[in-house]
Amino acid sequence: MKRKFCLLIVLTLIFTTIFTGCKNSGDKAEIKVLNYGQYIDKTLLTEFEDKYNVKIIYDIYPAPEDMYTKVKAGGTDYDVIITGEYMIERMINEGMLAKLDYDNIPNFEFVDEKFKNQPYDSNNEYAVPYFWGTLGLLYNTKAVTEKVDSWDILWNEKYANRILMMDSQRDTMAVAFKKLGYSLNSTNEQELKEVKQLLLMQKPLVMAYVVDEALAMMIAEEADIALIWSSEAASAMGSNENLNYIIPKEGSNIWIDAMCVPATSSHKKEAELFINFMTSKESTLKNIDELWYSTVHTEAVKEVEEFLFDNPAFNPSDEDVKRTEMFRDLIDEIKVYNKLWTEVIAD
Amino acid sequence: MKNKAKLLTYPYIVWMGLFIILPVLLVFLYSITFNEINNIKTISFTINNYKMFFTPVYIQVTLRSIYLAALSTIICLALGYPIAMIIANSKMTSKSILLLLFILPMWMNMLLRTYAWMTILGNNGLINTLLANLGLPTLNLLYNNGAVILGMVYNFIPFMVLPIYTTLSKMDNSLIEVSEDLGANKVQTFIKVIFPLSLPGVISGIIMVFMPAVSSFVIPKLLGGGKDALIGTLIEKLFSLGDWNFGSAVSIVMMFIILLSMAVMNRFDVDKEGGAGLW
Repeated sequence: MKRKFCLLIVLTLIFTTIFTGCKNSGDKAEIKVLNYGQYIDKTLLTEFEDKYNVKIIYDIYPAPEDMYTKVKAGGTDYDVIITGEYMIERMINEGMLAKLDYDNIPNFEFVDEKFKNQPYDSNNEYAVPYFWGTLGLLYNTKAVTEKVDSWDILWNEKYANRILMMDSQRDTMAVAFKKLGYSLNSTNEQELKEVKQLLLMQKPLVMAYVVDEALAMMIAEEADIALIWSSEAASAMGSNENLNYIIPKEGSNIWIDAMCVPATSSHKKEAELFINFMTSKESTLKNIDELWYSTVHTEAVKEVEEFLFDNPAFNPSDEDVKRTEMFRDLIDEIKVYNKLWTEVIAD
Repeated sequence: MKNKAKLLTYPYIVWMGLFIILPVLLVFLYSITFNEINNIKTISFTINNYKMFFTPVYIQVTLRSIYLAALSTIICLALGYPIAMIIANSKMTSKSILLLLFILPMWMNMLLRTYAWMTILGNNGLINTLLANLGLPTLNLLYNNGAVILGMVYNFIPFMVLPIYTTLSKMDNSLIEVSEDLGANKVQTFIKVIFPLSLPGVISGIIMVFMPAVSSFVIPKLLGGGKDALIGTLIEKLFSLGDWNFGSAVSIVMMFIILLSMAVMNRFDVDKEGGAGLW
């Protein structure tokens, strides 16, 4: 009996050590970067490695919530995370991020004042903006001949089964909030009730709730109107000239993706070096060239190619931007949003 | 000697404990608590997750999943049985080619095959382009329950055909000859002899199709357009939103649905040859 027990313990130990893996420690410093998929010009990574003799381990995640779950669960040792502002706010609130040492990030001065000291990080202590964008409507001018300037078109029966909404509760709910004239961070019970009603009313007209598929579907003219992020709209418009992007007059959402350093990072200095490198004009231009995302860089924006600069998705008017609102971390209230959204798609 | 053979089972017992029993227990623990379960001191139990599940909205999701899975299973059986008979009765050489052709698509990634259906069914897809060129009105084929059922039938039909084919080809031919000698016609032979004898294959076919169909999440997500949640997509949604507790409760309920359906099928499986013998 005793022998059996020993054997069980030994085997358990073997299994657990196999799956924890081994740590590789060379003389080269090493940083781990966690980013969305397809959100960097990868040649920049090797450029950084060669220039500073630092090895980069690059990892990607599908959605901010997945990233959060992974990092929160512990056991990870990322040094730089690039993610959305509301997620950064949540991580700041939970003490998961380290304060940055701006002496190591001189390029921070090139970040447009518009994007500094935003509510998610009010004294800009934790995160350096990477790209920004808006939420709006991408529509096919061949199919939609009327003037598009309002979210109301998403409730127009003429476009039944030709409308793409987002399978991302905050974005889709933001539309309903704005259409009703409320804040997109509202936690007012009555307002949430109205939002749910509105989304349920719209559901029969919706072709599908998607996230990543919208871009390809709009290019292929599978749908007429899509709720979409400006960054994706810009690249869709580059591939199909019938497409146009607008930010509806009722207002919309503005987002900033930023680079931050987790409190658990063991190579903070190299992490800051990386952030500084990514914020340089040359890196930013390279990244823009690859991604077509709106830049926060005051110098790089002057050298953006004209076709991109004139694109309303890449460079929306100040007036449009004024009507936008940023997502805030809702802390526990997010559960109410989650419940509402699951009930909408379950109905 | 016998003892040594016993030793060989330990790795599997450890494996089972670590990767099957422990995770199920953890899922169960999540389902009866709220918030984190990392800290023993602050752990707090509740049955609210289950209470919430038994509200009309989520019951509707469950019924919708069972309905779609059952319908897919019936279609698979209706299509699969004749196919299995054709393969079992064909000549040796063509038999292996037919079988190969049947299994060949399964060598390809399921996600890829499902994406292929999206380009076939889409508004500007193969079928609608054809219809438009013929001057016919186009149809909304993608992003509805029909597309989900089609995807399930397409993906799961080999699981129906193969077990039926196995029982049919194992069948003792003399029994069929006896039936014919005694004056039964083809239809009678099929109803009284062939079909009852192939029942174990049918049962395991039904289970092998119904189980993945009721819990499937990729197919409804891609072909259903995320509109009408099924139990599989609901669980995925809840976990990605971070509501592990309610998500776990839904998973446990789904396990019970599958166990229950296996128990029901077990009643019909006299020989215990099908997968229902697991029960």
